[in-house]
Amino acid sequence: MTASLPDEHFFRRESGRLVSTLTRMLGVHHLALAEDAVQETLAAAVQVWAFRGVPENPSAWLTTAARNRAVSLLRRERTARRFAPEIGRLADAEGTAGADSAVAHLPPALRDDELRMMFSCCHPGIPADAQVALVLSLLSGFSAHEVSEAFLVSRAAMEKRLSRAKKVLSGTRGLFELGARDFETRLTAVLRALYLLFNEGYHGACPDGAVRMDLCREAMRLVALLVAHPPAATPATHALAALMALDAARLPARVNEAGDLTELARQDRSRWDAGLIARGLELLEASARGEVVSEYHLEAAIAATHALAPSAEKTPWGEIVELYDALLRLRPSPVVALNRAVAVAEQLGPERGLEALRSIPGAERLAAYPFYPAALGELELRCGRASDARRHFRAAHRLARNPAERTFLTRRIAECERQSSTGPSVEDVRPPSPSTPSRRRTR
Amino acid sequence: MAMSEFLYLYRLPADSPNMPSAKNMQERLQKWTAWFKDLETRGYLKVLGHPLETDGAVVTEGGRTVHDGPYAESKDIVLGYSVVQAKDLAEARTIAGGCPVLGYGGMVEVRPIRQM
Repeated sequence: MTASLPDEHFFRRESGRLVSTLTRMLGVHHLALAEDAVQETLAAAVQVWAFRGVPENPSAWLTTAARNRAVSLLRRERTARRFAPEIGRLADAEGTAGADSAVAHLPPALRDDELRMMFSCCHPGIPADAQVALVLSLLSGFSAHEVSEAFLVSRAAMEKRLSRAKKVLSGTRGLFELGARDFETRLTAVLRALYLLFNEGYHGACPDGAVRMDLCREAMRLVALLVAHPPAATPATHALAALMALDAARLPARVNEAGDLTELARQDRSRWDAGLIARGLELLEASARGEVVSEYHLEAAIAATHALAPSAEKTPWGEIVELYDALLRLRPSPVVALNRAVAVAEQLGPERGLEALRSIPGAERLAAYPFYPAALGELELRCGRASDARRHFRAAHRLARNPAERTFLTRRIAECERQSSTGPSVEDVRPPSPSTPSRRRTR
Repeated sequence: MAMSEFLYLYRLPADSPNMPSAKNMQERLQKWTAWFKDLETRGYLKVLGHPLETDGAVVTEGGRTVHDGPYAESKDIVLGYSVVQAKDLAEARTIAGGCPVLGYGGMVEVRPIRQM
């Protein structure tokens, strides 16, 4: 009666679980009905639990309520006769309530419905960005409004994107079978969607830091479901989970209370999450059993190298450049090349870094990406050319996508102005050095 | 001081335009729980009351059912009720002003319970 909710994300998890389970029971053509039933169930839980308190086993309460709600919605649609077999199946499920409540006690990772829904969302007929939106909507209980906020897309556009994707999904034969022949192909798409989801949270444009944190958390929760399910727990899955844990470990130092960004070299490493680093390294080790080295392996290895380095200066930058080179061979991308150039600057000095930045193939694709001019600015500043640096930082500032990025770049512009008025000091010409007091002061 | 009792009816428009997300709903629940707890601690809560179903029936003389709910003539769903004690209507209104239902388009109907 007076139990409390396990945590603040309970409804989200339950929403994903219930939509998946009802969709499996009713068939994907009843996806919309399953969503309505879950929506009404959560509303009923708010109403009833407000007065009576949270029940001992809230998951079991929700499961029963959602089933009943689905049955009554089917009746309300006057389709009870037509869909009698489904109602029969639902009733059977009620009949085996004993076995069922045992299932309700199992951790979510042992249930297949959510996995099947996750694989279904990544149907090849659904574009990659819509797959990610669909995962958030169906498995994380995000409203269309919340998804549109997370992706900085208008709500109307997001509603359209979601409804198209749901139409594709509800037109399929059923939830994806985990034993299907194309399991591996689909798993690749699932990993990609979760990677995009995590990145949207980690590097994305949404101004609300809490929203972005939610995206990272959801990506990590869903990848944990894959890790716990042996056929899906491939080396690439482990590597992706490792990458997320190792990157997420830096979040406490990356974004401060005010939502301001601190780049890697200047982060207070004592604020990195040691538990997540340990977990990430464990996962990375588990990912090493296959023959194939995926892009996730390489990215995780880069993150691990940072995680293990005591400081930016003591980071083996040469190794990081090599890992980026390997990553570029696997997945040529101007963003990867940009990160590589930054590592080159750390290893060989800012002039070499600038050369690398200027020779990025397809650099024009970075035209709207504020971190390209920001990187140019950073390296020009290290070369002691403060006015060139300022020009680049200003260009970056015009491209900034949210207040955190703008604040960060405004500070860098101010630093350029400070240095051009005093002239470059010896220190400023040195290769990057995060613990340099003058840099610290500017933060 | 003599206290009066008030019936609170928690009402919500039947067709709320915005679909709340799972996160929104959990926040609502937390607010309700905190609100009731606060009323209790401050000695306002006489009867916690109950949540109500949306269906039901209106029955008239001779057991004739006028109609089965949800009630067409009312655009609001009554989510539930409580009995609150306060020194006067003004205070009862102030207390109701903190009800979480107001945060998502609902309202509280405050009705003094007739004493004599």
